[in-house]
Amino acid sequence: MLLSEVSNTGFFHLVPLIVFFPVIGLLINIIFGGLMKEKVIGWLASAASGLAFVVSVLLAVALSGAHGEAQVIPFAEWIRIGTLNIPWNFRVDTLSVTMMLVVSGVGTLIHIYAIGYMHEDVRFKDDPGRFRRFFVFLNLFIAMMMILVSGDSYLMLFVGWEGVGLCSFLLIGFWYDKDTLGRPSFANAEAAKKAFVVNRIGDFGFILAALTMFWAFGSLQFGDVFGKAAEVAHAMPGVVIAITLFMLIGVTGKSAQIPLFVWLPDAMAGPTPVSALIHAATMVTAGVYLVARSAPLYTLVPQAQYIVALVGAVTALFAATIAVGQYDIKKVLAYSTISQLGFMVAAVGMGAFVAGMFHLVMHAFFKALLFLSAGSVILGLERGHHHLSHHEGHPSTTLRAGSEHEGKHEDAEPVEAFDPGDMRNMGGLRKQMPVTFWLYLIGTLALAGIFPLAGFWSKDEILADAQLHYPLVFILLTIAAFFTAFYMGRQIWMVFFGKARHDAAAHAEESKPIITVPLMVLAGLSILGGALNLPYLHTFTNWLGHTLGGEGAAAAEGAAHTVEAAPWYVLGGLNLAVAGLSTLLALVAIYLSWLIYGRKPLAAGQKDPLKKALGFIFTGMERKWFVDEIYWAAFVNRYVDLARFLADVIDGRFWHDWFHDKVLAGTYNWLSRIALDKVIDTRGIDAFFNGLGELTKRASASLRRLQNGFVRSYALAVLFGVVVILGYLLMK
Amino acid sequence: MIPLTYYLVISAVLFAMGVLGVLIRRNPLIIFMSVELMLNAANLAFVAFTRAFNVLNGQIFVFFVMTVSAAEVAVGLALIVVIFRTKHSIDVDLMSALKG
Repeated sequence: MLLSEVSNTGFFHLVPLIVFFPVIGLLINIIFGGLMKEKVIGWLASAASGLAFVVSVLLAVALSGAHGEAQVIPFAEWIRIGTLNIPWNFRVDTLSVTMMLVVSGVGTLIHIYAIGYMHEDVRFKDDPGRFRRFFVFLNLFIAMMMILVSGDSYLMLFVGWEGVGLCSFLLIGFWYDKDTLGRPSFANAEAAKKAFVVNRIGDFGFILAALTMFWAFGSLQFGDVFGKAAEVAHAMPGVVIAITLFMLIGVTGKSAQIPLFVWLPDAMAGPTPVSALIHAATMVTAGVYLVARSAPLYTLVPQAQYIVALVGAVTALFAATIAVGQYDIKKVLAYSTISQLGFMVAAVGMGAFVAGMFHLVMHAFFKALLFLSAGSVILGLERGHHHLSHHEGHPSTTLRAGSEHEGKHEDAEPVEAFDPGDMRNMGGLRKQMPVTFWLYLIGTLALAGIFPLAGFWSKDEILADAQLHYPLVFILLTIAAFFTAFYMGRQIWMVFFGKARHDAAAHAEESKPIITVPLMVLAGLSILGGALNLPYLHTFTNWLGHTLGGEGAAAAEGAAHTVEAAPWYVLGGLNLAVAGLSTLLALVAIYLSWLIYGRKPLAAGQKDPLKKALGFIFTGMERKWFVDEIYWAAFVNRYVDLARFLADVIDGRFWHDWFHDKVLAGTYNWLSRIALDKVIDTRGIDAFFNGLGELTKRASASLRRLQNGFVRSYALAVLFGVVVILGYLLMK
Repeated sequence: MIPLTYYLVISAVLFAMGVLGVLIRRNPLIIFMSVELMLNAANLAFVAFTRAFNVLNGQIFVFFVMTVSAAEVAVGLALIVVIFRTKHSIDVDLMSALKG
């Protein structure tokens, strides 16, 4: 009783702690980290994240006690200029609490995993001092993400938006001077730069949306905007469409949709916990959260909604096709993430906000599981490789060397280029790493959407909504789901079955519990997660319904709530026809992948069987449909050309060589040498003064002649003088 | 009686001739003689005025003039002797060491 009373009011005031626990954690690590052991640093950071999770749980409890009513907790004044007032308030409602729980929950598990992972990674790359930095950045990320999801205005959301973009940059470029094997390379820094620049383009869209919103609504606070949304849309519909489409640009940047998804595959250059946390579970979902939060705006403009849904669906299919042709274990998962984000964006675009958020939460579980398990696999191969170079003393034999990094440089050391993430180096790992295998399998089945794991429920909710109102989107998403199951199956057969194609894989070792235990927790969540929104119960729909009103729920349960009786195959909101079709397609895809990759496992050095079958189509998939090449040719190189033109021609030749040197310096030199020196100084001033001297000389020369020394002339002069004086006196 | 003017004209003529001699002649002895001539012309003028106005001032002044001219000639002649010893000539045109 007392707890519920306190929880109704007191717990809400704890909300700033979700930001400040991670901040305190990172400050302690920065200031005292040099004195602390690795374990202490890691567990401290995990505890900071864990405490943020505890606070999120308390907020959830308090919120359910308050019947899901949104709470706005003012925190600080930020901008106050005249009548303009933009404070820093925290918003605790069901949508933001959902995000808080996901971010801090999955985040804490990943922190714990990272303790074990980074311990091995910094030693593999031979730089143990960098361990602390990782956890400082991870905590900073959690803090920023919390600001993003708990803000009460679009501006606070943007502060967090930018902050997570920064942390993404810092963490992708964590090994900014080394490549995967620890050799000097700036490839990671380039990937980080690419991520930041592409994100910036999205941010530009977001800023345009915010400015338009401020101009139209006069405020950026959620309450003000959503309250006036209907009347503004009625008066100026074009403005709301503009706002929503500008926000879509931001979403495509942050959530890696077409056309700004190109940074995410490169972001796999970062350590695996980063890929799991930022680029699978949390940061990339910020775009989906943004659209869900802006539901009142989007539901007013169906045209914009259709565009959003289409962008999501096309991205889903596009990325899924690319994933089929990738050889790096993390790249497959990266394109899978882009594809699944496409599902989410399509869902919230269609107005099925609950379905989209549900998939967001489920995807966070199984994608984090998959990425972390992939990290475990990579570590296993690194351990195997380490064993070989230590114990056998001669370079490990391989017929298939590392993929993108090798080729051009000669290795002076006996260790040749070996990519621990290349699936062509793997094989038969289920015997070496059984725990990882089972966890990976659970993640795969969840992603493929096999009943009764998590992905099944969320994905089918999206497909059911699509089938009702957006047939094109439905077709695209279903085909994407087929490909999803296919490439995941391909991955399982290539990595865990068959025979090892590289000695490192043959000697791979299982990971320690500190790595596998968080994975088990995530696996459990992946298995049971579906319970969040089961048919007939719709716990999550009701929970989110408090914030999203009827919009989220209506689309999800469209068929069940229509006036006429729901068709027989729709049970409590679950469309059995759609579910059955997608499950069937998933099973067919897995069977197909078994036929190609499982029945006759790949041998070392063998080319991918699909290459012969599909020819240039497979090359397109392998080379990600040349999107990066097109961007480089169309935009980046044109920009470099422009910059070079401005630097060499405009700044160099025109400004410096011509204007500065010829015009300015030349004029000045002419002025000083010729105009001033020759003409004025020489002919003018010198002539004048020389003339004076000349005059004096001549005058004296002529007067000197009076003094000729002759007495007689002197006498004559006296006579003249006398005559003059006498004459004067006489004339007077 | 003879008018005063006549005496003054003679005095003037004599003076002019003395000036001419000083300016033109190169021999210092002749120059001295010319100077004497000028002085005497002045003397004549003085005496003429005395006679004309029946005062004695002029005649007294004549004595002064005569004394001065005698002294001056003595000094001058002594100078000429000394100059002749060094330059072996008394042409005044040769004595232009003060030429500037």
